[in-house]
This record gives sequence, C-alpha cells and structure tokens, in this order.
Amino acid sequence: MERLRRTMMYVPGNNPAMLADATIYGADSIMFDLEDSVALSEKDAARWLVYEMVKNGDFDNTEVVVRINGLDTPSGHKDIEAMVRAGVDVIRLPKTDSAEDIHAVERLIEAAETSIGREIGSTKMMAAIEGPMGIINAFAIASASQRLIGIAIGAEDYVTSMKTKRSPGGVELMTARSQLVIAARAAGIAALDTVYSDVENDEGFLEEVQLIKQLGFDGKSVINPRQIGVVHEAFHPSDVEISEAKQIMLAIEEANEKGSGVISLNGKMIDKPIVERAERVLELAGFGGGQHV
Amino acid sequence: MIIKQNAMAGTLESSDIQISLAQNDHEENQIILESPVKHLFGEEIEKVIRSILAKHSITGVRVKAIDKGALNCTIVARMQAVIYRATEEDIKWELE
Repeated sequence: MERLRRTMMYVPGNNPAMLADATIYGADSIMFDLEDSVALSEKDAARWLVYEMVKNGDFDNTEVVVRINGLDTPSGHKDIEAMVRAGVDVIRLPKTDSAEDIHAVERLIEAAETSIGREIGSTKMMAAIEGPMGIINAFAIASASQRLIGIAIGAEDYVTSMKTKRSPGGVELMTARSQLVIAARAAGIAALDTVYSDVENDEGFLEEVQLIKQLGFDGKSVINPRQIGVVHEAFHPSDVEISEAKQIMLAIEEANEKGSGVISLNGKMIDKPIVERAERVLELAGFGGGQHV
Repeated sequence: MIIKQNAMAGTLESSDIQISLAQNDHEENQIILESPVKHLFGEEIEKVIRSILAKHSITGVRVKAIDKGALNCTIVARMQAVIYRATEEDIKWELE
C-alpha cells in the first residue's frame, strides 16, 4: 500500500516541547525544520536536538522528515551527516533548482550511509521547489534520484521571485502548482502543496485544500495542528465514493474468479483508470488499496 | 577535550534545559542544578550530564543547568551543543 501523505506538519527544530509532542496530532508526516525556523546562532543546537529526538523517539507509523539547510550554507553538510546517522526517514532539501542539487545531496547521504554501514538508499529524499527555475526543471528534479519520495512547492519564496504575492484564490500559483503535480505524477512520486499561513482563516484554508486536492496533489504542508483534521477530512472520500470503489473491487474479484477478461459493473465497463481511482479512494478511506473490502 | 571558552545552550522555555559550562577552579566537575522536579529526577539529570562529560573526557568544569522539565534526549542534546561550543572542536561522531 502506498503511504498516505495528506499532511506534513512543520515543527521548529529548536523547540523541545513541540518536537516531543509532534506525533500526537495525527499528521501523516512530521517535518523537523533546521532551516528557516532556526536562528543562525542556534543551528548547531537545533541539529543536536533533532538528532537526539530522531534517534531516540518513538514515531510509530508517522513518517519523519527533516528539512536541512541548503548546501550553500555552513550547516547543510553537517545536517545531512547528523540526520543520516540519526536514522531519519526522509531528508528534505530546500530551494531546489535543478537535478544537480539533488545529486549533490544524494552524494553526501550516500557517503554518510557508507560510513555508518546503513543500507545504501535507505535514507529517502524530498525536494522543495521554491523558485521559477525549479518549476521549469520540475520533472528533471522529480526524476533525479530513486531516493525521492516527493516534491513540494514552497509558495512564499516562489511568489516573491515572481514579483507578486499570494492571494485568496491562488491564481499566482496555478501554473507552478500544475507543473509541479504533473512532474510528480510523471516521475511516480508524491506532490505536496505549500503551507497556508493564516491559521485563523479556516474558510480560506479549506478552499485551498479543496483546490489542491482537485489539482491532484497528495497533500499539504501544515504549520498548525488544527489544520490537520481539515485536510484529512477534505481528502476523505464520501460514502458514495467508498461504496462505488468497493463494488468495483468486488466486481474485479468476481471476474478474476470466473476467468472473465471483460469486467463490467451495472452495465458499464470497468477499465484500468477506473480501478486505479477506486484503489486510491480505498487508500484514502483507510482500506488499504482494496485489500480489505 | 579542552574547554576553550565559557558557553551556553538551551533556553528557559517549557520542556527545555539551559546549560552553561565554564572552567572550574579545581579538577572535579561541579554540577549546579535547578529544577522543579529536582527532588524526583535530580539524580537522574545529574547522571545524564556527568555521562556526557565523561564521554568527552571533560574534567574540571562547572555546569549550571536550569531545567524546565526536559526529556533525557533534550538534556543530552543541550550538553552536546554546549560542549562543542565550549571546545570549538569538530563533531567526533565516533563517540556517538
């Protein structure tokens, strides 16, 4: 079953209370941040704190991601070595502009894995695309490494580069979001949307979640635990969708038992895209891709 | 490891511990601990602090720790940070 990544919650890397409580809110992934939320003078302390938390924490099934500092900073190399040694699930690279950015991080990850005897390739990666060059290179980035589990758009830097600002409807992000999700789908990895910073605006947040779901995103980065339930609810299929998906999977089972090559339900032929959509509905509904209908 | 300068790491926020490290005027390590749970966990916190000092072969220092309910892994992390700040050495991963 494909892992759900409906929500990825930002957690500031130098805040012990927030790090310790990060898993209790039910986000699919938690992202410990060593980059923008940490002051320059505290980069070392945050790195040690996240290192100890990742190494010793019990995260159950929650995916643990760490956003490192860029390799153009004094912290980037150290972050990678520490996080690989801690055993993090995923290293998230900020401000990715090209496939070479991915290759450079991957080389450092592999060196760290080799030095500690960790299985090569076991540390996964994701890339945040935060500028126009990254959007132009989105597919090259998304397909640059077998380690990549997803790409994400970082809107604040992106709109600044584009000489605009974020608006309620998000028209300024439409092309970038579309291009990013197409690149992710073409590469067979996840697409994650940017944060919604106005945590008091529940209505605006829900509208944005519905928009990115319709565009095809897997989920959204969140900055406040109260946003998690809204995203999960929006991504949860309706009872009608679940019922239809179950009927489709049952029709497939019955056809397979009969050895029938043509599958139909209520007079309509069921083809591969319909089955894939049904599987996705059941995954989102928590039924494990049709295995437990 | 040799202490080159006084250093501090951590904050006074809830669940954190602020640790300062300075040269002592004698060979033994001295630990001064303030904690709302000192009567329950004081010995355990001191034990963690001494274990990190021992791991880095550090003697003759004075550690002042103001605990705000930190987990053990937070105490370890703040000790690691303050030691590397005080010694100005590169990380010795072979010790971890």
